[in-house]
Amino acid sequence: MVSIDVHDACVDFPIFDAKSRSLKHTVLGVVGGNVAANTRKVVVIEALRGIDLHLRDGDRLALVGHNGAGKSTLLRLLSGIYEPTRGQALVNGRVAPVFDLGVGMDPEISGLENILVRGLFLGMSRKQMEARVDDIAEFTELGNFLHMPLRTYSTGMRVRLALGVVTSIDPEILLLDEGIGAVDAAFLERAKGRLKDLVDRAGLLVFASHSDDLLQQLCTSALWMEHGTIRQQGPLDEVLDAYKGREHAPSGG
Amino acid sequence: MASSSTASSSTTAPGSAAATAPAAPPGVKPPGPDFRSAFRDLARGWGQRELWLQLGWQDIRQRYRRSVLGPIWITISMAVTAIALGILYSALFGLDLATLLPHVLVGMIVWTFIAGCISEGSEVFVANSGLITHLPAPISIHVYRLVWRQTLFFAHNLIVYGVMLLVFPQPLWWTDLSIFLAFALLVVNGMWVALLVGIVSTRFRDLPPVIQSVVQLLFFLTPIVWMYDVLLANPAVAERARWVEVNPLFHFVELVRRPMLGQDQEWRTWFIVSGIAVVGWALTLLVMRRYRGRVAYWV
Repeated sequence: MVSIDVHDACVDFPIFDAKSRSLKHTVLGVVGGNVAANTRKVVVIEALRGIDLHLRDGDRLALVGHNGAGKSTLLRLLSGIYEPTRGQALVNGRVAPVFDLGVGMDPEISGLENILVRGLFLGMSRKQMEARVDDIAEFTELGNFLHMPLRTYSTGMRVRLALGVVTSIDPEILLLDEGIGAVDAAFLERAKGRLKDLVDRAGLLVFASHSDDLLQQLCTSALWMEHGTIRQQGPLDEVLDAYKGREHAPSGG
Repeated sequence: MASSSTASSSTTAPGSAAATAPAAPPGVKPPGPDFRSAFRDLARGWGQRELWLQLGWQDIRQRYRRSVLGPIWITISMAVTAIALGILYSALFGLDLATLLPHVLVGMIVWTFIAGCISEGSEVFVANSGLITHLPAPISIHVYRLVWRQTLFFAHNLIVYGVMLLVFPQPLWWTDLSIFLAFALLVVNGMWVALLVGIVSTRFRDLPPVIQSVVQLLFFLTPIVWMYDVLLANPAVAERARWVEVNPLFHFVELVRRPMLGQDQEWRTWFIVSGIAVVGWALTLLVMRRYRGRVAYWV
């Protein structure tokens, strides 16, 4: 059973400076009894506070909020990259996070090899990826370029390749972060179709985006993040209206 | 020592978001920080071996792409260093080249593996920060990849060993097949060292240069270019030479080198190296249990 249960989870980031990063300073600060050094605490940023979230199979959740509101951190919490510093996050299911299309791509190896590696990183097996390679190759329209090292690709070609791999997998929990752009319009139309298929295959979707269009196509409910906390959660239209209303109100921002 | 940081004052909830973790019914409190999360990390990392086998192999292939000889360059440069040091030290100590050169060469091959695990271990998580903060994977896959890559380098270096056997035949016997077991034990130790050094160096960024200096120093304190037996036979320095027994790397090198040179192994060496593996893994699991989840925050 695919599910996400987050209970009162917090994510605090330690912000280290050169001194707190140093073992020498840390040890000397303790041993030497240097008062100034001891009182200088590591600065902590509370990226997420008191997050309660319960998602079940079939849920399609949109994440909205301003830049820095904690959308990406929440996605990383749900993917298991960050363990909550307090509270708990229980995630059952195979997670496929799509945060940055470029990550896990090696410029020195060929497009075909990158397809395999990226797929393995997303939790697929070698066999599964080999079965999908033709489909991905066709979608990317890269032809013989697939045998060339990735560093010879243009930005748009890289995005095609990454999108091709990402949309070919069978995730139980799909976590999407925005930043799927930089491709020509005609290609994006095809990518949208594939993206929709992918979302249909996924048991559970959490999608962070600023594009109302995409959110309305893919999601049914929404969660509005503000200053690291959940401001509002409910049906998509309701939350979007509230979010937009506040954004345009003079006191908003 | 790391406990003085604010970062570690928090309690992490394991069981979070483990993609293939056993299902816990909602509402049931997951266990506090325990060793299961550390073991699960290692087990899941092992389960993803298709990934790190591919990545480690790719690391090697990358070197072949840049130059025709690829990692063979490293093998050749190691061989040249070993031969030069072998000739120099055989003259300095007045030893037979046929005795010292194989000793130095095989010692260097084993040393390259050990030093690689330690020094690359100190950068293993920082170097992979992009992957760690974007893709949820057990942290152990980066260490599996590192040790696998070092094993492939080791295999490359065996070419030099093969050539050496032709020039200076060694009295090998079937019991020397224990080399495989010895190397396996070396790998088991390389894993915990890289994990432990990696986690601590991710938190304290001034450590890697220190570690690299220490490794450099240990090269000279370990009988690689010199021979322990020769120093022991010299009454003037025998007392001081015994201190080498304290150096754990001496036992690692001996464990693998002796069978490769057809020499008898001592049970003592096996016990010491196995003991270090047990203690080292216990320590590493303790550190993993507490700080494994912090690595993503630190990188």
